[in-house]
Amino acid sequence: MNLYDLSMETAHLLLKKKEISSKELVTAVLDRTESLNETIGAYITLCRDTALQQAQLADKEIAAGNISPVTGIPLAIKDNICTQDIKTTCGSKILENFIPQYNATVMDKLAKAGAVMVGKTNMDEFAMGSSTETSALETTRNPWDLERIPGGSSGGSAAAVSADICLGALGSDTGGSIRQPASHCGVVGLKPTYGRVSRYGLVAFASSLDQIGPITKTVMDSALLLNTISGHDPKDSTSVPRDVPDYALSCTPGIKGMTVGIPKEYFATQGVDGEVLTAINNAIATVERLGGECVDISLPHTDYAVAAYYVIAPAEASSNLARYDGVKYGLRKENAANLMEMYQQTRSTGFGAEVKRRILLGTFSLSAGYYDAYYGKASQVRTLIRNDFLDAFKKCDVILSPVAPTPAFKLGEKINDPLTMYLSDIFTLSANLAGIPGLSIPCGFSKRGLPIGLQLLGNFFEEETLLKVAYNIEQEIDLGSAKPAL
Amino acid sequence: MTITKDDVKYVANLARLTLDESSIDMFADQMAKIIDYVDTLNQIDTTGVAPMANAVSLNNAFREDNNTPHLDREKTLANAPDKEDGFFIVPKVIG
Repeated sequence: MNLYDLSMETAHLLLKKKEISSKELVTAVLDRTESLNETIGAYITLCRDTALQQAQLADKEIAAGNISPVTGIPLAIKDNICTQDIKTTCGSKILENFIPQYNATVMDKLAKAGAVMVGKTNMDEFAMGSSTETSALETTRNPWDLERIPGGSSGGSAAAVSADICLGALGSDTGGSIRQPASHCGVVGLKPTYGRVSRYGLVAFASSLDQIGPITKTVMDSALLLNTISGHDPKDSTSVPRDVPDYALSCTPGIKGMTVGIPKEYFATQGVDGEVLTAINNAIATVERLGGECVDISLPHTDYAVAAYYVIAPAEASSNLARYDGVKYGLRKENAANLMEMYQQTRSTGFGAEVKRRILLGTFSLSAGYYDAYYGKASQVRTLIRNDFLDAFKKCDVILSPVAPTPAFKLGEKINDPLTMYLSDIFTLSANLAGIPGLSIPCGFSKRGLPIGLQLLGNFFEEETLLKVAYNIEQEIDLGSAKPAL
Repeated sequence: MTITKDDVKYVANLARLTLDESSIDMFADQMAKIIDYVDTLNQIDTTGVAPMANAVSLNNAFREDNNTPHLDREKTLANAPDKEDGFFIVPKVIG
């Protein structure tokens, strides 16, 4: 048994029985990380010293009988989640040397529960991208095929989980950035309902869409991490005051009588790979074998989701990223003649092409004369997209669909064609527009051996239903103990 | 929709970005394609549809007006590119 192979759940049981120590577990993960990270490029910052200190602390707590499901468990954290005294770069030159003076709320919660942080993971710059290629700092490779992208924007976190160089991870999802890389890397990813998890200390991209969530090896592990990070936070005015159930209780057998909606528009979308459809159809057959009832549903505004999203997300981004002005933190270009030049030079040097593109698009759609035609219109269409889901959930408990139209594409394949790249988010970003939870689990492999994921979407705060269905599919679809050959 | 070089320059200035000539051409071309795609939204009749700004309809989140700890000045300034005597330093603003 290699300790780094373990799920969080199994590692927790061994820690609890004192068959292993957190120090042993964390050391095994750190050693593997140091030998593999150059190849995979999952981490921007490795935290060996602090991780070992946290492991020691965890072992003391465990010895004293204080153990939570994440105590002593080595986790990877996306580099847009603020970590006190540890660099948080957002994959951008403008924040390359930024050291937060405070923790994101999720980090305080993980620390309180005794978790260990292995390091900070690579991502598309400011989470803007679907392949992790827009990172200004590093290239992340898919552990299943090093010539391919890991997905994005949480590509570093998904690759780290897949390569067993952490036991679980946090990502963030604004249009699919947890679910799509999880799918491409053959792991589980969960975007919670908007407001379920505090966004305090998550570097803002599109504030009405962003949500932090787990990326893990198993459905149960996602439930355990969600238990730890969920809940109301007075520091985030959009976090919802609502009790947190024990999500682990949802991971039990039995989905007989549950209804699973199959959205006809998702299956009529052009450009969906045949192997993806085969894997999804197998999953639908699996659901039926388990006693679930699959019903056809319609989400009539599906074709407009990408267009609405690429108005709303850039509009919010252009406002949020106005804060990078070279004054309070981050990069500053020196020797500017005046303040205006300093702003311009700092921002032009510090941001990469994708971030600039979205700032320009967002500024355009919010500018005088265009606001109603673009931002106003897109916000109305957003209402229609949400209503589609509310109507659909009158007929089904969950919605099942592909996560992405194709398995992981090659590095460089789409990077020069932004619109094609944006269209690869077609199945995931509606959930962010609506605010509902979504989960991605592996359901098969392509002939080339690339993982294929399926997506489950649930009604507001129905994470338990998602986890329940996902757990049952996971147990039934035996993908063996397939691991990337590294 | 045609996006001219001047359109890109105008928006870039609003966003405090300066772009070289080749980037202006590239962004004009890409923005035109993306905005053409976005214009498909006009196929939908949205008369009378309320715009959605946020996913959860929370009213204002009020709290008691009490003093709570905040970052001290030293920490607030810790990442400042330039600082002096407890202040942020910026280049000349006027002139």
